[in-house]
Amino acid sequence: MAFREIDLNMGPQHPSTHGVLRLKLSVDNEVVLRVEPVLGYLHRGMEKLWESLTYAQVVPLTDRLDYLASLSNNLAYCLAVEKLAGIEVPKRAQYIRVALVELQRLASHLAWAGFMANDIGAMSVLLYGFEAREDILDIFEEYCGARLTVHGVRIGGVIRDVDATLVSRIRAVLERIPHRLEDIRALLDENRIWKERTVGVGRIAAGDAIDYGLTGPPLRASGVAWDMRKDIPYSSYDDFDFDVPLGANGDVYDRYFVRLEEICQSIRIVGQALDGLPEGDFKAKVPRVLKIPPGEAFHTIESPKGVLGFTVRSDGTDKPERVKMKSPSFINLQSLEHMCRGNLFSDVIGILGSLDIVLGEIDK
Amino acid sequence: MPAEKADRPELAQALEALTGRFAASVLSGAVDRGELAVRLTKDALVPVLRFLKDEAGFNAFEDLVVFDELNASLGGGARFTVIYRLYMFPGALRARLTVGVGEGESLPSAVPCYRSADWAEREAFDMFGIRFEGRPDLRRIYMPDDFDGHPLRKDFPLAGRTRGL
Amino acid sequence: MIDPLEKTPFILARADEFITWAQKNSLWPFGSGLACCAIEMIATAAARYDIARFGMELFRASPRQADLFIVAGTVTNKMAPVLRRLWDQMPDPKWALAMGNCAIGGGPFPTYSVLQGVDRIIPVDVHVAGCPPTPQGLIHGLMILQEKIARSRPTKEILNPDARRKS
Repeated sequence: MAFREIDLNMGPQHPSTHGVLRLKLSVDNEVVLRVEPVLGYLHRGMEKLWESLTYAQVVPLTDRLDYLASLSNNLAYCLAVEKLAGIEVPKRAQYIRVALVELQRLASHLAWAGFMANDIGAMSVLLYGFEAREDILDIFEEYCGARLTVHGVRIGGVIRDVDATLVSRIRAVLERIPHRLEDIRALLDENRIWKERTVGVGRIAAGDAIDYGLTGPPLRASGVAWDMRKDIPYSSYDDFDFDVPLGANGDVYDRYFVRLEEICQSIRIVGQALDGLPEGDFKAKVPRVLKIPPGEAFHTIESPKGVLGFTVRSDGTDKPERVKMKSPSFINLQSLEHMCRGNLFSDVIGILGSLDIVLGEIDK
Repeated sequence: MPAEKADRPELAQALEALTGRFAASVLSGAVDRGELAVRLTKDALVPVLRFLKDEAGFNAFEDLVVFDELNASLGGGARFTVIYRLYMFPGALRARLTVGVGEGESLPSAVPCYRSADWAEREAFDMFGIRFEGRPDLRRIYMPDDFDGHPLRKDFPLAGRTRGL
Repeated sequence: MIDPLEKTPFILARADEFITWAQKNSLWPFGSGLACCAIEMIATAAARYDIARFGMELFRASPRQADLFIVAGTVTNKMAPVLRRLWDQMPDPKWALAMGNCAIGGGPFPTYSVLQGVDRIIPVDVHVAGCPPTPQGLIHGLMILQEKIARSRPTKEILNPDARRKS
């Protein structure tokens, strides 16, 4: 009897699914035929809950969506609300926001590097990545009091001003990060085992990538230079000088490479934001009870996972009528099957890791 | 707040071609705040999406947003408003299609045109109960398959109907 | 329930001390990392906060090899039966730690899909509050669990299996 096709279940509890994701795999011996993700194990009903909270009360809950990059979520939502309400954010607040969000991008990519390397077997990189991340989390803790679910970006600006002490601390951290990055790169970049497991694995062509709605580093790894910070700049990103790293082959190695390069670019941006910090307020004058006349606004940002967007609809009261989140991980995960088909079963972990998904964002 | 992009000529051209070709189905169209905003009837949805993708260059499907117009529908409007957001890359231009659909009615699926609409449609079905025709396998994506009700509807309570566990 | 006036034979008391000392200093967590708290749990296991000082660095992927169930994150109604099955698969003696406000009582999510507290499905020994708790908070919770284990009477359970916790 020829025993060819096997159905396997991965998750929802699994050390390498980056959360409670269930994957139903169909494999032919070791080659993957079909991958079907089953979602909903972390569906918390956020969008429904937001309809019963005020605009400002929604902001801390957005932290819990992409919990590795909380400030990005805060920023995306606050920008959508400010667009809807016509609130003008002061320049100083915009620069501080950029510094915070780019630091958050550093933290998110370092954690991702750790997780992905750990999944493939390089456990030291997990410890290196998290140690580097701790420096950044110390800064967040000093600035807003929390390490992970930060809630530092508020409607109209940021939570408080930055002073010279904090700026010098941030600069000290920015000095240290490149050394840690060198450690990680020395371990992985030219590592033969790493390359055998990542080069040529999980390829997706540029045209397919756009059609599947892929955004963020996985799309840029396929050679498509789509970065919302450059395409539709927000929060004064057009004042800063930075490159958008691109990959060539669209495989797992390129996605890894693009993210590490983005870490270098983020360091540049934070330095420029701190150097050029203008005088002014750190927050616009926003009424304590914010009521927005009926309307609808959509705003996107480039979060570490991809293009994150919020649609906010108001009905004249102090609570939003509907808040819909365009989640990059949710859309990126759709292309998992395309990337995994034809690869070996053991590559599924590497491909899933390279997509950098966060279940909080997928399941809302 | 970033300054809105000045209205680009491509958007005006696309709008003109749309209103020319689909005159019967386009209820209103404008280039508004830097994006192409069109309201249409649901029968023209797939041909318009095809036109925008193949000829006008909107190659990326960004988002599908559903609003439950429960209060407005009591006065005679459609129960749900569905917005399709498209993006053109390169070019950084947006298009927004608005379609109304009633309770129990279905919409033609956008999946044959844009593959990335797949899960967004399943989410709309799960959360609101809107059915989509012309696609394989429309089933819930977040809630368990045997869940009763559609959570994001305005008449569904926040804490749910059953006591859960 | 330990009766403080109950007289324990000297040998058994010493055996209890030895067994609980061994148990509490080598707990193997089954990291059921569900949401944001999982990241802080991993940070606790990482180099700076170093849970290995307590002997707990060996996070097992399989419940059959673990004895401490750290529920880190929001438990949804869809995930609850899975979590219960994982708990049942863990061999005795086992302990559960509810990490974070979501695991304790649903957290900030009083919604249709969230289980309002994991103690509705498994018996929880220690609750660590926070959203998310800091690594220091989690370590404090683990130390409280160690004290709880030190107070327990494993010889009583060994000699009288019917007295074992029913859950």
